[in-house]
Order: sequence, then C-alpha cells, then structure tokens
Amino acid sequence: MQEMILIIIAAVFVNNIVLTQFLGCCPFLGVSKKLSSAIGMGAAVTFVLTLASVITYLVQIFILEQYEIVYLQTIAFILVIAALVQFVEMVIKKYSPDLYKALGVYLPLITTNCAVLGVAIINIQKSYGFLQTMVNGFANGLSFTVALILFAGIRERLEDADVPKSMQGMPIALVTAALMSIAFLGFTGLL
Amino acid sequence: MIYAVISLAALGAIFGIVLGFADKKFKVEVDPRIDAILNVLPGANCGGCGFPGCSGYADAIVAGTAPLNACTAGKDEVREKIAEIMGVDAGEAQEPQVAQLMCNGGKDRTALLYNYEGLEDCHVAATMFKSPKACSFGCIGLGTCTKVCPFGAIKLGADQLPEVDFNLCTGCGICVENCPQHVLKVLPVSKLVHVRCSNLDKGKEAKTACDVACIKCKLCEKNCPQGAIAVVTEGNGSIARIDYAKCTSCGICVTKCPTNALEIILPINANRNVAQNTKSQKPHECSQCGLCQ
Repeated sequence: MQEMILIIIAAVFVNNIVLTQFLGCCPFLGVSKKLSSAIGMGAAVTFVLTLASVITYLVQIFILEQYEIVYLQTIAFILVIAALVQFVEMVIKKYSPDLYKALGVYLPLITTNCAVLGVAIINIQKSYGFLQTMVNGFANGLSFTVALILFAGIRERLEDADVPKSMQGMPIALVTAALMSIAFLGFTGLL
Repeated sequence: MIYAVISLAALGAIFGIVLGFADKKFKVEVDPRIDAILNVLPGANCGGCGFPGCSGYADAIVAGTAPLNACTAGKDEVREKIAEIMGVDAGEAQEPQVAQLMCNGGKDRTALLYNYEGLEDCHVAATMFKSPKACSFGCIGLGTCTKVCPFGAIKLGADQLPEVDFNLCTGCGICVENCPQHVLKVLPVSKLVHVRCSNLDKGKEAKTACDVACIKCKLCEKNCPQGAIAVVTEGNGSIARIDYAKCTSCGICVTKCPTNALEIILPINANRNVAQNTKSQKPHECSQCGLCQ
C-alpha cells in the first residue's frame, strides 16, 4: 500500500509528467484556456492512460516478450493507444457533445500525446508489476490533470491581467508554464 | 518474423472488432443531411463561409442558421446541390468572385529600401520599416498569400508579385486576411478595370517610390463616363478608387492614366503581361465578346 502511495506522490509531484518530464505539452498548452474543458481533457487523458498502461503491459508480457518481438514495442503500443482514443472519442461524443466540441481536435490528438506512450514505456522500463503499472498509469493521468487544471486556472486569471501587448496570449502562457515547471522542481527532494 | 506479423495483425483485428461493436453501441443519431451536405462541400476547410470548416458550415445549414450560398469556394454547383438536399429553392445564381491584387509594383518598378534577408514571410518583412520596398503601401512580394491559399490559386510571377489563377480562385478571402499590406481584394470576376495601386502618398512621393503609382492626377475621374472612379481621401492621403457598382469596365480611364496605375485585366488568366499587351490594343473597344478566350 505504501508503495502505491509513493508511486502516486512521485508521479503527481516529483516527476510530474508535464512540468518535470515535459511530456504532453501540446494539449497542456492547447486545452488550458478554460477550466471546464481542462477538467474534461484531464479526465479523458487519465482514462486513456490508465487503460493504456494496463493493456500495453499485457501486450508487452504476453505477446512482445513471449514471441521475442520487443522491437515492435512502439508500433504495438501506438496501436493500443489509438484504439483506446477512438473508443473514448465515441463515448464522449455520445454522452457529452459539449465536451466533445470543447476538446475539438485535441481529443483525437491524445493518440499522439507523448505522455501516453511515454508512461507506457516508462512502466516497462521500470519493470513494474501489473498493479504498479495500473497505479502508475492512473497517477500519471492524475499528474497531467493537476498540471492542466493549475495552468488553466492561472490562464483564466491572466485573461484579466494587464499583460504587455507583445506578451499577450501564447508568450505569457509559455512563461507561466516555465515558472510552474521551476516551481515543481522544488518537489525534487521530496522522495 | 511470422510471429510479429501474426501478433500485430491479431491485435489490430481485435481492436477493430471491439471498436466496430463500440461504434454500434455508442452511435450518435445525426441528421443524415449533415453528412450529405458535407459530401458535396469542397472540403478545403477554407473558412470563406465564416464557419469553422466545412463541417461547421454543414451543421449550421441544417440548423437553419446559415444561408445556402455562403460557400464561395463551391460556387453555384454546390449551392444547387445543397438546396436539393435541403429541399428548398436554390435562389439566385451568384457571380463568382476572385482575389485581385491592388498593386503593380513588381521588383523592377519600385525601388528597394534595403536588402531583406529575413524569413520568407510578408508579415515579418512588414515589421521592418513597413516594407523592404520604397513604397510602404504595396505588395511585399514574399508570397505569404501563395502559402495560405487552400486552393493553390496564387503563384508568384516573374516580377515577384502574386498572380491569381482565376480558374482556381474561389474568392474565399483567406489571402485577403493574411496580407499584411491589405493589397488583395475579393471582387466579382467580371470587373476588369482595377486601380492597381494602394499608395496614399502625394503624387510626387508616390511616383518616386514606384513607377506605376497612382499620382492622384484625377484624369481618370474627369474622363469616366459613368462617374465610377474618383480620387478619394483615405487615411492620411488619397487614392483613386473605383465604385464597382457603377463601373462598366469600359477601360477609358486605363488609357488616360499617365502612370499605368490603372489596369485592365481580361479574365483569361492572371498574367499581367497578357493584360499589358491587350492594353496597347485600345481596351475600351473590347465588347467582351469572349472570342479571345
């Protein structure tokens, strides 16, 4: 149990997927304009990450390693992730058309979100067991959501801030992201 | 090798089947007309209609919030097909519109202020003393419009001015929005006479900057039988402007213009050199018979 809690804390704070490992920066900047769509995106990524971690783990153990074709890891994992994202897209389209519209192109882009593939590969590299893989996948989804929500909150306030004209929009967002990243480096000594 | 093929194929097949079932289960009922309209739209997602891409426009048509003729790219053919799908009258045919360049200051006609060696983009060049050319109003000629055109209708000509292929141009207006100098305009294709200059400076300054600048001499204004062209005040200066509602494209002003700032363009293609050849053959006698095509 303690190990699981450690994995979660490590993933969310110490090795935050976006702010420390710099994976998944595209949706981090793209879907962080509004808090509501940031939460939706976070939930979608968390779902995909958790399921992708589990399935890629099974694929790795029972197919790739079994038949000694580990060199196919990347393409096999991408296949899994792409199928999952398609599934999530269908579900969201069915049950929340508004969220579907708000996420727009970033929803299918979860397929190419390096955070998802990154976590799947990190799970294998750290030779996690099944349960650890699942927890790590979920925790990294959580860490993505936390980063996204914090960033979206700040950006919503930045809308009202008196930003110099040349820094408005994306420039100030990038500076903010960099400062948040530096702030998260403060967690490094935690574990 | 064989395991690799089999296992990946099996994985793909399993995911395919699962997704197939999921698609049935999570099917969202959409109006079939949206798909039908989407199929007849050009699919360039140019945004000329004012909606986010073709699918946005298709949604808006079915929702009843968009007019049927908003698709400039698809022209009449698409409008009729959409009307057929929606089961309503197609309405009046509209004249096709094309982008026209309101500048004739090619590289040999206007002096250079400095040698620009930056990024090949008009927006970047426009930040440096307004333009690398002596005329700060004219076309910069780095071809940003050629890159943004979703239909590949604009090419840079020999004089480094964009040439619009009227057969490909749909009048969507993307180039107009992306031109930092605002020298492109979307106009009906039948309008043949244009003031190919955007320089608002006084006559002498304009002429120093560019051989073919409008020098505000008002000769065109005095000679126009329709009263369609006039030198009007605009911004901090003035320039000859055509009232396209009155202009009959007779071309008298073209023959009177002392600096060649006015030009007549036949809708054969966008090649200005062709137009210049026709100019010497008294364009005001053109009866628009179409034989030359």
